[in-house]
Amino acid sequence: MSTPLSGPGSATQAPGREPAGSPPPRSRATRDHAPITLTGLAGKVLLLGLTAGVAVWAAFPLVAAEMWVGLALLVASTAGLFYLYLTRRHVPAKYLVPGTLFLIAFQVIPVLYTASTAFTNFGDGHRGSKDDAIVAIESSSVTQVPGSAEYALTIATTGDPATGALVFLVTDPGTGAVSVGDSDGLRRLDSADVTVATGGRVTAAAGYTVLNIGQASSRSKEITDLVVPTPGGALRSSGLSRAYEGKAVRAYDAACDCVRDAETGRTWTADDEAGAFVAADGERLAQGWKVNAGLTNFTRVLTDKNVSGPFLSTLIWNFAFAIGSTGGTFLLGMLIAVALHSARMRGTNLYRVLLVLPYAMPSFAMLLAWRDMFNADFGLINNLFGLDVDWFGQAWTARFAVILVQLWLGYPYMFLVATGALQAIPRELTEATSVDGASPWQSFRAVTLPLLLVALSPLLISSFAFNFNNFNAIYLTTDGAPFPADNPTNGATDLLITYTYRLAFGGQGAQLGFAAGISVFIFAIVAVVSAVGFRRTRKQEEVYA
Amino acid sequence: MRIRTAGVVALFALALAASGCGGDSDEPAAKDTPKAAGGKMVIWADDKRTAALKPFAEKFGQENGVTVEVQAVSKDLQTNFVTASQQGSGPDVVVGAHDWIGNLVQNGAIDPVQLAADQKSAFNATAVKAVTFNGQLYGVPYAQENLALIRNTELAPEAPKTIEDLVAKGKQLTASKKVTETLCLQVGQNGDAYHIYPLYSSAGGYLFGTGANGDYDPKDLGVGKPESIEAFKKIGALGEKGAGVLKRSIADTNSIATFTGKKCAYLVSGPWAVADVKKAGISYDISAIPGFAGGREAQPFVGVQAFYVAAKGTNKALAQEFVANYTTTPELAVALYNAEPRPPALTAALDQVKGADADLAKFQEAGRNGQVLPAIPAMAAIWDPFGKAEAAVIGGADPTSTITAAGKTISGQIK
Repeated sequence: MSTPLSGPGSATQAPGREPAGSPPPRSRATRDHAPITLTGLAGKVLLLGLTAGVAVWAAFPLVAAEMWVGLALLVASTAGLFYLYLTRRHVPAKYLVPGTLFLIAFQVIPVLYTASTAFTNFGDGHRGSKDDAIVAIESSSVTQVPGSAEYALTIATTGDPATGALVFLVTDPGTGAVSVGDSDGLRRLDSADVTVATGGRVTAAAGYTVLNIGQASSRSKEITDLVVPTPGGALRSSGLSRAYEGKAVRAYDAACDCVRDAETGRTWTADDEAGAFVAADGERLAQGWKVNAGLTNFTRVLTDKNVSGPFLSTLIWNFAFAIGSTGGTFLLGMLIAVALHSARMRGTNLYRVLLVLPYAMPSFAMLLAWRDMFNADFGLINNLFGLDVDWFGQAWTARFAVILVQLWLGYPYMFLVATGALQAIPRELTEATSVDGASPWQSFRAVTLPLLLVALSPLLISSFAFNFNNFNAIYLTTDGAPFPADNPTNGATDLLITYTYRLAFGGQGAQLGFAAGISVFIFAIVAVVSAVGFRRTRKQEEVYA
Repeated sequence: MRIRTAGVVALFALALAASGCGGDSDEPAAKDTPKAAGGKMVIWADDKRTAALKPFAEKFGQENGVTVEVQAVSKDLQTNFVTASQQGSGPDVVVGAHDWIGNLVQNGAIDPVQLAADQKSAFNATAVKAVTFNGQLYGVPYAQENLALIRNTELAPEAPKTIEDLVAKGKQLTASKKVTETLCLQVGQNGDAYHIYPLYSSAGGYLFGTGANGDYDPKDLGVGKPESIEAFKKIGALGEKGAGVLKRSIADTNSIATFTGKKCAYLVSGPWAVADVKKAGISYDISAIPGFAGGREAQPFVGVQAFYVAAKGTNKALAQEFVANYTTTPELAVALYNAEPRPPALTAALDQVKGADADLAKFQEAGRNGQVLPAIPAMAAIWDPFGKAEAAVIGGADPTSTITAAGKTISGQIK
C-alpha cells in the first residue's frame, strides 16, 4: 500500500517549476495598499482567536504542573504568531511558519524523543523513577499480620468533615469494642459514647463527626496514607469500611541504598546502571526504574547474535520487498493509465471507477481477507485454481504472496497519479514524435516515460520509504512466516520493522528503549536511501525540465 | 488605517481568547460541584463489560453519594492502562485478565487487595490462586474460562475418552465423507500455544516448574527439556505429515466456522464459541479435552477476569471499597455473566446461573484439572516462540531441533 504523502494534484505539476500563469510578484508598495476584505479580516480574527484559545487551554495544565519552561515557550510562540500576522512585514514567514510549526510538532519532536529514548532502558519494569519503584515495592509488600483480626472501619473527623483531623473508628469483631485510631495509636472509646450499627459500623460517636462514603472518598489520599501503629504492625484501611492489621515486609533503607525484607533479612541493593534492586545472588526485584543506558541499546543491535545474525538477510529482503512493491505497483498502474489515456479507448470512466475500487477499501480489512484467501486448505486461491500450494508455508511462495497483495492494494494509487501526470504532458510532444516517424514505443520510451518519471519520482521515493516500513503488510498477513524450524525470531517474509517489533515486544514485556534504538538504525537507512533518491531526481529534473 | 486594522484584529482575538478562557474556567467549576458532595472514581474496562458494569457503578455511586464513571477502552487496555498510570492520568479501577498481573506489578501499576478470609472463601479456589502473585492477592476475580471439547452429537454421540478414540471416530467420519476434517483445533501459520497446551500437558510437557510456595518459577523452564520434546513428537505424529489431524490451515479465523459448517465433528474452544454453535443450530455437548492414551490428563489453561485497584489512582480508598466490598457480591457477578456468558468465579453466583445454563457446569468440569495460566512476566516470552515451534512441528519439522531452539530463544528472553 502506498500512501499519498502529497495529493494527486502535485503530480500534475513538476515540482520546482513556477505554476503556469501565476501573476508577476507584486511590489512592496502594492502589497501595503492591498485592500482589506471583510472575509480576510474575519478569517484572520478567527484563526488568531483560535490560536489564543488553544494557548490558554494549553497553559492551564502547564501552570498546574509548574512547568515554567514549557509555559515560557508557549507564551513566546503565541506572541510570535500574533506579531507575525498582525504586521504587514515578513510575508514569506507568514506562509512558512504554520508548516514549520507542524513539522516541529509532528516530525522533529517525535524523532528527537525516539532518539533520546534510545539512550535509556525505558520499558516494562523500567518506566518510572527510583522513588516510584520504592513506593511500589513497599506497598506491594504490605501483608496482613497472620492471625490478626479484621475490623469494621468507620472514617470520622474531629470537627469539620472536609478539613478536620482524620481518625479511624474501628470495631473489634469479637468484642464489639470501639477504638479510635490516628497516627499516634489506638485508644479505647467508652461504649456509652458510641452508637454501633449491626455489622460493626459506627453511626455516631461523641466528639467525632462520622463521615459518609461520599465525604470520606473526597479525602481518599489522607485515608490511604493514615497508618495507625499497633504493637503487631499497623492498622490500615482496606477501602472505607474495613481495616486490617498489616505490615510492610519490605522497606527501603537509604543508609545502604537497598531494600530489606524484614522477614527473611534478605537485601537487594540498588544498581543504578541496570535500574533495579539486585540481590547478592543476582535476583532482581521486578519493580525497576528508568536509567540512562548510554549506547548499550545501539551496541546490542550490532553485537547481539540474535539481532545482528539475520539482520543482513532481512535487510536484503526488506529492500526487495520495498522495491518490488513500489516498482510493481508503479509499472502496473502506469501501464493501465497509459492504456486508458489512449484516445481510442472507450468507456474509460467505467474502467477508472472499477480500477480505483481496491484503493477505496480499507487496507486493514483487505490484508486480512487476502490472508484468508491464501489459506492452504480453505483459501479461495487454492480452491479456485485447483492448486495445492502451502502459500505461507514456503519462503518463496510467501514472499510472492505478500508482494502480490501489495500490488493489488497499491496499483490504484499509482494509476491515479500516473493518469494525472499523463494529462499534464502536452499531446503535441507525442504528436511531434509520430510526425518524426517514431514508433509508439519509441515515443513512450523517449518522451512520455521520462516526463512521467520527473513528475512521479518524489512519489516513488515516498512510496518506497513507506513500503520499507510497511508493518501492516506483513504483520496482518504472514506475520513473518514461514519461520525456519530452529529460529522462531526471524521469518522469511519479515521486514526489519516486524522483526524488531518481535525482538522488542516479544520478550518479558516491552523494551521501548531497545525498540527506539533499532528505530534509529532504520531511520538512518531510510533517510540515506531517500536522500540519494532525491538527489538523483534533481539531476533528472535538470535534464528534462 | 494599518494600526486600526491591527487593533481591531487584536481586540477580536482577545475577545475570542477570553471566551476560550471562560469556557475553561467553567469546566473545572462544573467538575467541582459533584466533588464537593463526594469523590469521583473512574473504571476502565473493555466494551462488553463496560455496558454490564455501568448500571452497577451508577448504583454504587448513588448509594454512596459519589460519581462513578465507567470508560470503555476497546483496544490494548493493558498497555493503555500502564502508560496512563505512569503519566498519572489512569483510572482508579481496571478490569482485565489475570495474566496481566505480572506486568502490572513490575510497572507498579496495581496495589494488592486485602480480602477477609470469609470473602476469599466465597470464591472458587482456582480463581483465587490465579489472582495471587508473589503471595499477595492483586485482584478480585469475577469470571473464569477454559477450553473444552465441543462435539456435534449428531456425528459423534459419545464423548471420546482419549485422543486416539477421537482420531479413530473422526477418521471414520471423514472416510464416510460426513466431515472433511477430523478435529477443529486452531493452529494457524504461527501456532497457538493456548490451544495446543492441553495436548502438550497430556503428553508430559510443562512450561514452568513450580517453586516451594506454589508459584511458577521462571528459572525452571520446561520448553526444551526432554519431556517437551517427547510431547512434541506425539503432537507431530498428529500433524500434517502424520495423521493429518492437526493442520496449520485451521486457524483462529476459521476454526469455529468450520465446526458450525459441519465440516468437523469436534471443536476445541471456550465459552465464547457457544453462541456461534447455538446460532448454527447444531446439537452439541461439552466435555473435557481428552488426553493421549496412557498419558496424563489434558490440562487446559484456566484464565480469570478480575478487578484491580490502580496504584496511582486519585481515589484509592474508594476504589478499594468498590473492589473489595462491592464486586464481591453475587448480583454484580450475575450481571456480568448476563453480559457475556463466562462462568462466574463467585461460587454463589455460579450456583444461581448454573440451573439455567447447563453448559457452564460442563465447562467448569472440563477445567477442573486445568492449570492456572501463568501470570509471571516471563510467560510473555513463551507465546510466540512456543507457537511457532508448534506450527513447525505440525508442518513436519523435526521436534528435537525445533523445540531445543524454541527453548533457547525463550530462556534468552527471560531476565
